[in-house]
Amino acid sequence: MADMTDQEKQLLEWLADMNEDDAFALAKKMLLEEGANPLRVLEVCRNAMDIVGKRFEKGEYFLPELVLAGEMLENIGAIAKPLIKQTPGEEPKKLAKVLIGTVHGDLHDIGKNIVTFMLDINGFEVKDIGIDVPVKTFVDEIAQFNPDVVGLSGFLTLAFDSMKETIEAIQDAGLRDKLKIMIGGGQVDETVRNYTGADAFGTNAVDAVTLCKTWMGVAA
Amino acid sequence: MSAPETYVQSPAAKAAYDARWQRVMDCVNLKQPDRMPVSMFATFWLAKYGGITNRQLMYDYDKVAEIGERAVLEFEPDGHSNLVLQCALGPSLDAIGFKPLQWPGHGVSDTQPYQYLDREYMKADEYDEFLFDPTGYYLSKYLPRIAGAFEGLDELPYLPGLHYLRLLSGIIPFINPRIRESMEKVIKAAEEVKYLNDRQFDFIARMKMHGFPTAFGTTSIAPYDLIADYFRGATGMMKDLYRNKDKLLQLMEKAVVFILRQTISAAKQWNHPIVFIPVHWAPDAFMSPKQFETFWWPTFRKLMIGLIDAGLIPMPLWEADCTKRLEVIRDIPPGKCIYWFERTDMVRAFEVLGDVVALRGNLSPSLLTTGKPEEVDAAVRHLADNVFHKGGKLILDAAFGIPDETPVENVRAMFAAARKYAG
Repeated sequence: MADMTDQEKQLLEWLADMNEDDAFALAKKMLLEEGANPLRVLEVCRNAMDIVGKRFEKGEYFLPELVLAGEMLENIGAIAKPLIKQTPGEEPKKLAKVLIGTVHGDLHDIGKNIVTFMLDINGFEVKDIGIDVPVKTFVDEIAQFNPDVVGLSGFLTLAFDSMKETIEAIQDAGLRDKLKIMIGGGQVDETVRNYTGADAFGTNAVDAVTLCKTWMGVAA
Repeated sequence: MSAPETYVQSPAAKAAYDARWQRVMDCVNLKQPDRMPVSMFATFWLAKYGGITNRQLMYDYDKVAEIGERAVLEFEPDGHSNLVLQCALGPSLDAIGFKPLQWPGHGVSDTQPYQYLDREYMKADEYDEFLFDPTGYYLSKYLPRIAGAFEGLDELPYLPGLHYLRLLSGIIPFINPRIRESMEKVIKAAEEVKYLNDRQFDFIARMKMHGFPTAFGTTSIAPYDLIADYFRGATGMMKDLYRNKDKLLQLMEKAVVFILRQTISAAKQWNHPIVFIPVHWAPDAFMSPKQFETFWWPTFRKLMIGLIDAGLIPMPLWEADCTKRLEVIRDIPPGKCIYWFERTDMVRAFEVLGDVVALRGNLSPSLLTTGKPEEVDAAVRHLADNVFHKGGKLILDAAFGIPDETPVENVRAMFAAARKYAG
């Protein structure tokens, strides 16, 4: 983001450094008192999230920082979004569509939610279809949403079979060739990837972003 | 709580029992045992093994005991987990109206395992209340939120401050029908749980008769994990590291004291020195080294030292990958603990911790559930050759017990390979 004002640079720094109180107070002041362009404030937030993502990748940040970053973004977004006047074309174009859900039998969602958040702030259009998602729902949602990537999440060992069944059903519906499938969750590894027939597996949210960017031909 | 010993142990069974127990204790004491002990920890895998549904396993005390006994007699482990207690929970959960869990017949299908619902059971602004009066907080807020039987207790009178004749009018709220109903439900639930415990003690006694000791008695929890998993929820806790840092640290210090009291008292009832402590929030990916050393490790270490001082043997199960924590968690008196690892590389764990703790684990869940018996055999051989035969005091087990879906032939391969390559 070019030509950032000193104030915007300050907001960026506080957000990236997890200084929640100061960042929120400043964003609020900019938006509500100074009439700052909400799209520009959100762009600063996105830039800050990039820094957060890079720090996570480098092993400087961990899950708590991703969660807090998500929370800061949501709180600032709640003030900024109602102020946006409809100006078509200003919304940045999404890199690709990702459909994500926790496979049937498994009720876990923390990891999936963090992956969803990271993909979203990295420019992907993400549709999260929840937990314990039946095979048929995955197939129907894929047919309707037409994603480039499908993310299957699961924490329990029962998810291995659920993932395998889901991928087989996607194949049987003739949808497999149009998309990439990534799997993730507590017990997932190369053995599970091979067993389920997924294209790749990831052990954290940055892996998911890297996989999607690589598949879409975007510099990861 | 102990059930009377109604089973007679033959001299041969006693010798076998003593040898198995000694094998595990040798590992704890950092002495080389006569062979690599193998432990058996199973929950819903027993349903697969016994050909019944998960729901039956949770509700049929007799079936669980019968299948558990069959498994112990077939695999002859050096330690078995509390198979009845860990499985036949259905009637007790029903009786207490337990809310944070979904189990077969109660939120999930008959063939699924029970699953914990990560929620905010304590609100972010309740730290002061919890800190000021943990018991009051439990009675008026926490217990009614997590268990239906306790719901009426949110109307209990406030007792601190009652004095002299003020006590008389102070107790009038006890006539509240909701409180009375709640008390009755809790007593009924307690009777069910007592029956479950008695069945477990009966199982323990039967296995002892056959020559098989239990691998642990009671369980415990890290102060951080207690607050994260059972009070604030995962995301709430992660935000608290920034938003409520000081109060969180204070609460964990307080939790060390009450967890220790709970655990030491329960361990006496169980009459077993090994305390199983599933560890959820230590993994490398979950927090920075600095956060780990600030928030997680100090109170956990205090807990372990407290247990050791009480003559107990902490057995934390370090879930996921904790490789980057090994140097830190080494700071514990030698010969007092069993460290069970899930995904941490066992060879690396042995290199860092081999002179401090016994090790337990850690056949991969994906291998056990999707692999072939010969692959399981090779994985056991790898651990025997690179850990046990190099002096590591390894108790072989799966990464977090036998995964529910594991084919029986893979479990057979695991036990057979342990004897083939290490005794």
